[in-house]
Amino acid sequence: MKLHLRVWRQASRQSEGSFVTYEADGLTPNMSFLEMLDVVNDRLTKEGQEPIAFEHDCREGICGSCAMAINGEPHGPNAGATTCQVYLRSFRDGQTLTVEPWRAKAFPVIKDLVADRSAFDRIIQSGGFVSVGTGQAPDANAIPIGKGIAEKAFDAAHCIGCGACVAACRNSSAMLFVAAKVSHLGLLPQGQTERKQRVQKMVAAMDAEGFGNCSNQYACEAVCPKQISVEMIARMNRDYASAVVDQI
Amino acid sequence: MKLDARIPAGPLAEKWTRFKANVRLVSPANKRKYEVIVVGTGLAGASAAASLAELGYQVKSFCFQDSPRRAHSIAAQGGINAAKNYQNDGDSVRRLFQDTIKGGDFRSREANVHRLAEVSVNIIDQCVAQGVPFAREYGGMLANRSFGGAQVSRTFYARGATGQQLLLGAYQALSRQIGLGKVTMMPRHEMLDLVVEEGQAKGIVTRHLVTGELKTHAADAVLLCTGGYGNAYYLSTYARGSNVTATWRAHRRGALFSNPCFTQIHPTCIPVTGEYQSKLTLMSESLRNDGRCWVPKAKGEQRAAVAIPEGERDYFLERLYPSYGNLAPRDIASRAAKRVCDEGRGVGPTGLGVYLDFSEAIGRLGESTVRERYANLFAMYHEITGESAYESPMRIFPAVHYTMGGLWVDYHLMSNVPGLFVLGEANFSDHGANRLGASALMQGLADGYFVLPYTIGDYLSQQKPRGEKTDGPAFQEAMGATQARTKKLLGVNGRKPVSEFHRKLGKTLWDTCGMSRTKKGLEEGLAILGGLREEFWKDVKVPGSGADLNQSLEKAGRVADFLELGELMCRDALEREESCGCHFREEHQTPDGECARKDAEHSYVSAWEFKGEGKPEVRHTEPLSFEELALATRSYK
Repeated sequence: MKLHLRVWRQASRQSEGSFVTYEADGLTPNMSFLEMLDVVNDRLTKEGQEPIAFEHDCREGICGSCAMAINGEPHGPNAGATTCQVYLRSFRDGQTLTVEPWRAKAFPVIKDLVADRSAFDRIIQSGGFVSVGTGQAPDANAIPIGKGIAEKAFDAAHCIGCGACVAACRNSSAMLFVAAKVSHLGLLPQGQTERKQRVQKMVAAMDAEGFGNCSNQYACEAVCPKQISVEMIARMNRDYASAVVDQI
Repeated sequence: MKLDARIPAGPLAEKWTRFKANVRLVSPANKRKYEVIVVGTGLAGASAAASLAELGYQVKSFCFQDSPRRAHSIAAQGGINAAKNYQNDGDSVRRLFQDTIKGGDFRSREANVHRLAEVSVNIIDQCVAQGVPFAREYGGMLANRSFGGAQVSRTFYARGATGQQLLLGAYQALSRQIGLGKVTMMPRHEMLDLVVEEGQAKGIVTRHLVTGELKTHAADAVLLCTGGYGNAYYLSTYARGSNVTATWRAHRRGALFSNPCFTQIHPTCIPVTGEYQSKLTLMSESLRNDGRCWVPKAKGEQRAAVAIPEGERDYFLERLYPSYGNLAPRDIASRAAKRVCDEGRGVGPTGLGVYLDFSEAIGRLGESTVRERYANLFAMYHEITGESAYESPMRIFPAVHYTMGGLWVDYHLMSNVPGLFVLGEANFSDHGANRLGASALMQGLADGYFVLPYTIGDYLSQQKPRGEKTDGPAFQEAMGATQARTKKLLGVNGRKPVSEFHRKLGKTLWDTCGMSRTKKGLEEGLAILGGLREEFWKDVKVPGSGADLNQSLEKAGRVADFLELGELMCRDALEREESCGCHFREEHQTPDGECARKDAEHSYVSAWEFKGEGKPEVRHTEPLSFEELALATRSYK
């Protein structure tokens, strides 16, 4: 199997980038997309060129490191999968693939396909937690939580912080990411005490990082590797409105 | 060298309580004068950094990933053990302790393991309070499932992503402290050396992975929470970035490395399909609650799995180990799978695979229940193989998954280098020669939340805060050594990419120091590795410079350390002339092919001392004494 690649190469945050074409040959359909990049990189190394920088770690869809758009689609063509979970059987022999980093003002490109997503960490630091110190917890079964609520909270908490939602959004909005954390903690009894201040702090932090607003296109949900629903955004908006009203 | 584990006196069940009652403390007003460096942000590192900051210490936290949330604890699937006895099925701290000691084939320290079982219950409380969405029953109470090596249901879980949820809990606790300014977080920093000043660990050298800047950082104590070294085998279930560099560099600075040959090979992973393969994916042990392992009775069977009648199938785990069945511990299940494949009864295109079959469970429970329990695992399997496990059995094969070995620590989790603490998988830990499923998460969080915050005070109370100055000779020397090494890696300018050396190292270790080991094989392995290391330093090609993001340079440094470690793993396996847990020496087996332990000669923890470049390492031992549990032959039959 053979693929033609157009890959974004950019030396550093400051420099201008451009697409560079590579031919990837001798591939098999059971190879993962990232393994194909490994093969290309080993070849570039042998030829004395700098390999393509890209982020990846667990290679099983949970760490959220890998982050690239394949033919304009964040994480490539498969629904509910990260880039590392895309296998070459998803492509045609001889197909041309354009590979780019996330494009968003709040995610500046550091090198090639590597973008800086530290804005997400700062949003969590602003309030994405329950303030409970080590040793302060009551017995775990002292807080009964209905199965349905626990499952729904898990659905939100399953976010891997990859940033595909931002990359897919025409406004580079981080609403799905923020809403997932707001909903995870807002659904559970443990998160009630700080619920209103949490949503306000996190939304303020999100705005400060330069993410755009939501205009209900739902592209975020479509590309989310954990298929987190835009219902979470509605829930966050309700929480936010109610928190603001409380202050009047 | 005499190794003093500093185990408190008194009856086993009271040691930890007594220790806590008598431990020396640092007063609240003085805590902020002490700096603590925490390397790694997995379960152990994030929980320790958060807890220490809550106590009032100044904490600097480092990780090589772009965010602390990406540490590989995130990938743990199945669950976390705790002796809550919520199921009323006879569990207790004592039973968890016994199961863990037995699971580790009597090669772990009783006092550490008992403490682990004691604090296990606090972990669940803490995580629930943080908002970890564990699975629940309809009445709102926590649900449990069973894991290998236990006859009770004590495993708490969050679908197939328990590690993710626990790590995000710890990451959020850490994030809160970062937001409060109590933790200085330094992501994209890799620790490349340990600074030992006047015999004590006082700092580290890091490389900023984006700018390439090398920098020294000083502290009153250094915590290594940097995970395991299974990537020495190249193919493993570890994240691609997982490496041994932090602990190996500390080892070269004097910290003893214990039981390096104790590596866990997990029975249920998706088999290798080709040369280019970069990683192996685990299929959680929890699947063995409902999945049944089998191979055809006949050699060279060509029919598809579903076409093979019941009577021609060999459910080998149920046959060999009727009382634990498919939930036999990992080392035992892996070896059994290897044995049936060696007999020529393996399945799949390579013959290196066995079936994990859910048809009986689907018939008994219905597909929807099976889906509810394991949907994400079945989906992962489908993505990788293109096959549906609802329709035909999964094909699985053992793969490297965890390392029980690591830096030697005492009861305080301190290494033999004062001020250097080692937590989680990075220490030689509580798992002996085999870790039970769902115990890694338990240990990482026990160390970080509930053990280290107590023990570190005992050390710091005896130290004067040293301040942040990094101009002493020990810092300069470590900095110089790191600069020289980076320059050397970039300067070889040979022909081969790092991955070629890594693959060869991995294959050699898998063949000689894997599921089955022999004296002859290990000696051959050592000869190959010696040559490979030499070749690496002559012929590796690391393009680019040290002054920016250079992933080839990162890999090269890590593989150089794996090459040295690989030799130590083989030597450790060679000198342990017995079989125990994961360490199966073919020369030492019972007539029915089980481990033959030699307690009189080998009931010890090995602890290797680095003696300098090119000199053979020296092995010390810490004898293990069993006061509470009688040394018994492990049986799961």
